[in-house]
Amino acid sequence: MIPWLTIAIALPAVGAALVWALPRTAAKASPAGAAQAAEASASTGGATATAVRPAATATGAGGSAETAKRLTLGFSLATLLVVAAMALRFDTSQAAGLQFEEVHPWIERFGVNYAVGVDGIALVLILMSAVLVPLVVLAAWNEHEDRPDGGRGYFALILVLEAMMIGVFAATDVFLFYVFFEAMLIPVYFMIGRYGRGDDRTRAAVKFLLYSLAGGLVMLVSVIGVYVIGGSFLWTDLVGEGSALAAVDPATARWLFLGFFIAFAIKAPMWPVHTWLPSAAGASRPGTAVLLVGVLDKVGTYGMLRYCLELFPAAVSWFVWPVVALSLVSIIYGAILAIGQNDMMRLVAYTSVSHFGFITLGIFALTAQGQAGAALYMVNHGFATGALFLVVGFLVARRGSSLISDYGGVQKVAPKLAGVFLVTGLAGLALPGLAPFVSEFLVFVGAYAFHPVPAVIAAVGVVLAALYILWMYQRTMNGPTKEGLTGLRDLSARETWAVAPLLALILVLGVYPQPALDVINPAVERTVGIGSGAADTAAAGGSEGAAGAQEEEGDAE
Amino acid sequence: MAVTSHAYLAAEPAVATAADSAVLSGAWLLIALPLAGAAILLLGGRRTDKWGHWPATALPVASFVWALLVLFDLLGRAPDARSVSVPVYQWFSVGGFEAGVDLLVDPLSISFVLLITFVGSLIHVYSVGYMAEDPGRRRFFAYLNLFVAAMLVLVLADNFVLLFLGWEGVGLASYLLIGFWQYKPSAAVAAKKAFLINRVGDMGLLIAIMIMFSALGAVSFSDVFAAVPGASDGVLLAIGLLLLLGACGKSAQLPLQAWLLDAMEGPTPVSALIHAATMVTAGVYLIVRAGPVFEGAPVAQTAVTVVGAATMLAGGIIASAKDDIKKSLAGSTMSQIGMMVLAAGLGPVGYVAAIAHLVTHGFFKAGLFLGAGSVMHAMNDGVNMRRYGGLARIMPVTFATFGLGYLAIIGFPLLSGWWTKESIISAAFGTGGTQGMVLGTAVIAGAGLTAFYMSRMVFMTFLGKKRWEEGVHPHESPVSMTAPMVVLAVGSVALGAFLTLGDRFAGFLAPATGAHPHHFDVAHAFTSPYGLAALGVLVVGVAAAWAVYLRKPVAETAPKGNLVTVAASRELYGNEINEGLLMRPGQALTGALLVIEDKVIDGAVNGLGAGVRDSSSGLGRAQTGFARTYALTMLFGAVVVAATLAVRL
Repeated sequence: MIPWLTIAIALPAVGAALVWALPRTAAKASPAGAAQAAEASASTGGATATAVRPAATATGAGGSAETAKRLTLGFSLATLLVVAAMALRFDTSQAAGLQFEEVHPWIERFGVNYAVGVDGIALVLILMSAVLVPLVVLAAWNEHEDRPDGGRGYFALILVLEAMMIGVFAATDVFLFYVFFEAMLIPVYFMIGRYGRGDDRTRAAVKFLLYSLAGGLVMLVSVIGVYVIGGSFLWTDLVGEGSALAAVDPATARWLFLGFFIAFAIKAPMWPVHTWLPSAAGASRPGTAVLLVGVLDKVGTYGMLRYCLELFPAAVSWFVWPVVALSLVSIIYGAILAIGQNDMMRLVAYTSVSHFGFITLGIFALTAQGQAGAALYMVNHGFATGALFLVVGFLVARRGSSLISDYGGVQKVAPKLAGVFLVTGLAGLALPGLAPFVSEFLVFVGAYAFHPVPAVIAAVGVVLAALYILWMYQRTMNGPTKEGLTGLRDLSARETWAVAPLLALILVLGVYPQPALDVINPAVERTVGIGSGAADTAAAGGSEGAAGAQEEEGDAE
Repeated sequence: MAVTSHAYLAAEPAVATAADSAVLSGAWLLIALPLAGAAILLLGGRRTDKWGHWPATALPVASFVWALLVLFDLLGRAPDARSVSVPVYQWFSVGGFEAGVDLLVDPLSISFVLLITFVGSLIHVYSVGYMAEDPGRRRFFAYLNLFVAAMLVLVLADNFVLLFLGWEGVGLASYLLIGFWQYKPSAAVAAKKAFLINRVGDMGLLIAIMIMFSALGAVSFSDVFAAVPGASDGVLLAIGLLLLLGACGKSAQLPLQAWLLDAMEGPTPVSALIHAATMVTAGVYLIVRAGPVFEGAPVAQTAVTVVGAATMLAGGIIASAKDDIKKSLAGSTMSQIGMMVLAAGLGPVGYVAAIAHLVTHGFFKAGLFLGAGSVMHAMNDGVNMRRYGGLARIMPVTFATFGLGYLAIIGFPLLSGWWTKESIISAAFGTGGTQGMVLGTAVIAGAGLTAFYMSRMVFMTFLGKKRWEEGVHPHESPVSMTAPMVVLAVGSVALGAFLTLGDRFAGFLAPATGAHPHHFDVAHAFTSPYGLAALGVLVVGVAAAWAVYLRKPVAETAPKGNLVTVAASRELYGNEINEGLLMRPGQALTGALLVIEDKVIDGAVNGLGAGVRDSSSGLGRAQTGFARTYALTMLFGAVVVAATLAVRL
């Protein structure tokens, strides 16, 4: 038995260590080279900053940074290969259960294990993460040339984060999950605070950390509660009819549920605990934003599906309507706030608040279509929003600004860039034929089957999405070309390679999503019964809506 | 009425059989061919700049040839065996929900396919000449190909989800082509406006699909229609009204009409193909295709006729006041589609009339737009008819083809438009009662308006004195442009008679629509009261236009006008209504939420974050401060864990 998941976690971690351990001798020569580069870029303007790259890389600093980048890219690609090979061995007929399981005692005295394994949903999320990381590395290639370390630390942090991201999705021990969940904050904190953009980055990083820590602490209480009641940290011991946790009284179950949920809602992020995301994204390098919004936030929605629903089935029905309501507010509120933004990074962040509303709506609709749609949404959103952040990043790399008002008429001078921007934008507004449509549509169908009213309210988001995407596109890409933009370069080969795989995935998953759904569906069938099954015994308020949906359909309009 | 053989009377929609011939099972090629054209041009990049428009033109032609083969294959079968399903592959399925890439080839869909590929091919040919000088020609042809492919998906889909893909796909192509000259802010705004208003309609269609699956358990045409008899009235009404909302968006019907006139920012071939002949008629297709749903929801049907009648009159009024030749034609399109929507709302009686008018309108309106493009080409892209005049002798081919299209659209006896319009009038009166009287009278009034505004257009453009701007030297357009116009003019003359005589088209469509049409009686159409009334308003409309725009000289600048003409030229204040009801409140809401976000939701947290930051000055200190906080947190967590475990053990 090959320990696939452990290899996938260890590989980027080893890579990070190597990048860090690169000989520092070369780095000593760096200040001169960096200063040279900074001077050159300052005197000739941001648009030509990349022109000095050859000069910078010719120095020792560049050489060391170049090695670091190549190492990072190599390790992230190797990780992708490992994960892809694992995915090919995944048995879709057994996709409901855990596969590639490994269980080793870690802190035996406290019952903590190193336990990993994946079901269909975890698998596709790990795949998505492994696809995004090398592209982020590629996109960030020249971003940190003016730093003393040439961005070496940044690339090492990316690999550290990758190890943790794979770990958090693979963990099947609640305590191990908690450790990864919290430890992920550290690399991201530095990626924003030290390597971010703008003067506000420290404040944004602190805000991100405070929010996450607050959520983590609340979750810790629930984690301990789970152990005290369930007698184990192992997920496989905790779920199912016969487990001690399943027998807990509903009131306790609700408190434990809430502890996990608050942490996940902050991470997702859900209204009203979302405000850290726009600040964090606004202060992030685009690559950081891709990983932050594309992957990290998914831990929140993944956690709701995996932990909230499966560990506390008795509590679910009580939470259904409040969560659905918050999801709807997120959808509409996020979309309207996106319309009002002038900073593209923040705009995309707000669209994500709206999209995460769709994901949580799908999860808590407690229908097969809703949950499969939500799981697929997580993957599609990672690709689509990831691509959108990358393209915004290309603009920032050229003009040094992410403000919409600094652009205009880019289509005329950089048609390829504009075309890519439009396609990723159309994916963001869930145009049929592109991947996000399938997942959003499934969420709609699932939500309507749960109850018509939330589905109809959410449908307004479809119109708002068209407005925030196309208005941004119009203001940046259309119209007469703004002064100072006439010399704007079109996409370079490196940039093309960074987004082309994402565009291809968006297209393929748009016209032929069934392979992904074949992996997701069995896992969803495991969770889909939960809320409604519990409703029979718990008879809580939420389940009445679900049952009533069938009768009320006639009066829908 | 002389009723002959009506085997198709009261026929129910036939059950689809499986594709059993190579021609039919290859029906996906109809879509794949133009799609391949778009892919080659878009991915091929500048390499295809020189020659890209040739494959882009050849592929829709190939699609049309394939469609002809499909037609002959269908005609070789018994009428009730002409509904053939062609499954291609499973798109996505989750727990009882299935959406397939499945095509439905039946008389209704193939009629549309033939119209789209035939007119589409002509317009590709025309565009070779029209766009010859444009640096973005390759992109233009790529988008046109994309449009044709999406439109074919729309009409060939065998379920509502795939139809939705085509539906939004044509919306995208429309967006790209309206905004083709995107460096013009007006074009960019018009493109976005069109997509946005269409999305409102799309939302309706989307919700309708949700209801279908939830209440009827399916999204495929056959399953949905089979479930209609057992469905509650409320469900059918909701689905019907939401489908109507979708149709209103795509077909520019009230209250979602405001985008169509602005859409004239697109190149003229686009206006001809998308915003006249094909895409904007998709709403009519949807209503006819979903006929069984509407037949189960009489209130929704009435709503359809009301929307159609109102748009028909509003469009006619707007068209009568616009001096921009394309916008006047756009108003006319609104009006003519309103007429079709009205007919579609009449139920099976009106389906054939609606689709037949749709097909003939596709020919004469595309011809009129191409003629307008030819005129603009000659007038340095000027669109103001007040600066036209006297072009008949300078542009004889354009004048002749435009003239035939004109005679067809106003319903000149025995030309194409006359047959199909008479069918609609007769179907409207045929429903009987007050409703029949009101709707029939409305159509006749609409016909009168058509005669007026179209005569006005021809008089101002081709007749009268020259009112050209300086430096304009009109000339006839090249053959690549005039040839498609000639072909369309032939259709404008003869197609109506071909389709209507012997109830040819009605008999062909019957198995697909379950239609039981009136038999068209030529003598009756000339002698019946409403036939005479239609001829009467025709004469009055032409005479009125003659009195105002030919007998007296046309002013080069628009007169101030009275309340009615001002309202009409401002498109009956549609934009102002949208702004007042939606845009300004929306802007206010956005502004308010931005403040709430900043001051209320984020305010508290920001204060906290700032506090932490301010307590340590500078980045390095903040980070070490943070590492400490973090370590403390982890420590705290570990202690709690240890304590709990200790208690337990």
